[in-house]
Amino acid sequence: MKIRTIGRHFKESFKSIVRNGWMTFAAVSAVAITLLLVGSLIALLMNVNKLASDVEEDVSVRVYVATGSEEAEREALRSDLEAIENVEDIEFRSREKELDDVMGSYGEEFGLFEGDDNPLHDVFVLNTTEPQFTSEVAAEAEEIGPVVDDVNYGGAEADRLFEIMDTVRNIGAVIIIALIFTAIFLISNTIRITIFSRRTEIEIMKLVGATNWFIRWPFLIEGALIGFVGALIPVSIISYIYLSGFDTIMNFLSGTYFSLLPPNPFLIQLIALLLAIGVVIGSIGSALSIRKFLKV
Amino acid sequence: MIEMKNVYKKYPNGITAINGLDVTIEQGEFVYVVGPSGAGKSTFIKMIYREEIATKGTVKVGEFDLMNLKNKKIPFLRRHVGVVFQDFKLLPRLTVYENVAYAMQVVNKNPKQIEKRTLEVLDMVGLKHKVRMFPNELSGGEQQRVAIARAIANMPRVLIADEPTGNLDPETAEGIMDLLEEINSHGTTIIMATHNSEIVNRVRHRVLAVENGRIARDQERGEYGYEN
Repeated sequence: MKIRTIGRHFKESFKSIVRNGWMTFAAVSAVAITLLLVGSLIALLMNVNKLASDVEEDVSVRVYVATGSEEAEREALRSDLEAIENVEDIEFRSREKELDDVMGSYGEEFGLFEGDDNPLHDVFVLNTTEPQFTSEVAAEAEEIGPVVDDVNYGGAEADRLFEIMDTVRNIGAVIIIALIFTAIFLISNTIRITIFSRRTEIEIMKLVGATNWFIRWPFLIEGALIGFVGALIPVSIISYIYLSGFDTIMNFLSGTYFSLLPPNPFLIQLIALLLAIGVVIGSIGSALSIRKFLKV
Repeated sequence: MIEMKNVYKKYPNGITAINGLDVTIEQGEFVYVVGPSGAGKSTFIKMIYREEIATKGTVKVGEFDLMNLKNKKIPFLRRHVGVVFQDFKLLPRLTVYENVAYAMQVVNKNPKQIEKRTLEVLDMVGLKHKVRMFPNELSGGEQQRVAIARAIANMPRVLIADEPTGNLDPETAEGIMDLLEEINSHGTTIIMATHNSEIVNRVRHRVLAVENGRIARDQERGEYGYEN
């Protein structure tokens, strides 16, 4: 294609956007409102997901070392635990440290148990690579031998928690996919309406001998521009709210093991997604919509 | 330059619009196509610029064999065939100038040529002073002139006019006829479908009377009229 022709297609689509003022406005608003809905729900659901993962991450396997074990036995146990598949990291907590924690949470009275009276065990805290491996890892740790006094990971409760979180995640994914499809449908429909009102225009173009692509290009560019501008509005609204809300909520969550998805990269990805949906659906929607009218 | 042999056109709904039509039209002729509504006039005209395709037979326009013309090639046929309609079919959002220039942008002419030729044809139809107006600001006759200017902008070898005076008052219609005569005098073939007996009888040309899907009468310098 000659540069002059490309320039002409762009000029033509700008002209049409301006001269079809109200139709452009309607299409841009439809795109903006749809993407605002889609964008905010994605932001919300992805963060619910994140919180769900945070809950899961907090589940770890506690391996209690039998009382009276030797240093060497502990080290052997550590390497045995390290050998278990899907173990991400291991933290050793001595019984003294455990008791300190208990005293921190429940009060100084527990100081009575300090020293040789300490009834607590030394503990290896295992974190698994993925939460769903928790019960497997716990079972394997239990097999190691008499040096393991007990293994605890919350058992049935943790399993149930994982199930609930999986459900939450699946529902979230389904809603997001459904929303994206709704957006595709709504945007291409709006563009179809704007093009339908110009079918005579297309017919005339065909009658004066325009090739299909010559007709299609300006519509395609116009659709992409409408999609882009339509996406810019929700992108700025969502960015503003997310950025200002992020700090407030993170403050509120400080001290817990919960956190929101940080704007970088999440917000950037979301912006890219919304702009892409706008542009791609805008252009493809308009290309598909004029297909019918090109058959003259 | 236009050759139809034993042409049939049957629509999907079962109606046979063209029923064994034969006709040859030479370059530079001026031909009236007359006949009652539903006789196949419109279908005949639409087959020339390939809006309709014959079911059977031979249809040739210049070097284009329309029975074997790929869809991708249709635009190139249409650049040789200008078409003018009863309802003008101007692009409402483009100015007079842009409407005419459009037909040339489509063929990728360079902007200088387009400007020159647009002003030239608009001058020819007498509308050079209204280039910046939009179609709805013009009278019916003026709109038809713009449509004609657009149709001849690419110097087509054939100009098809489907009831070009149908929506116009007699004086305006006369002006349009003068314009078509002038275009014809430069060597463009003109094929004009009409119901206007007065025009046909006054400005004598070859008359094709289409009835029941075939040519019922083919007469040089003929009169208006058909059997039914």
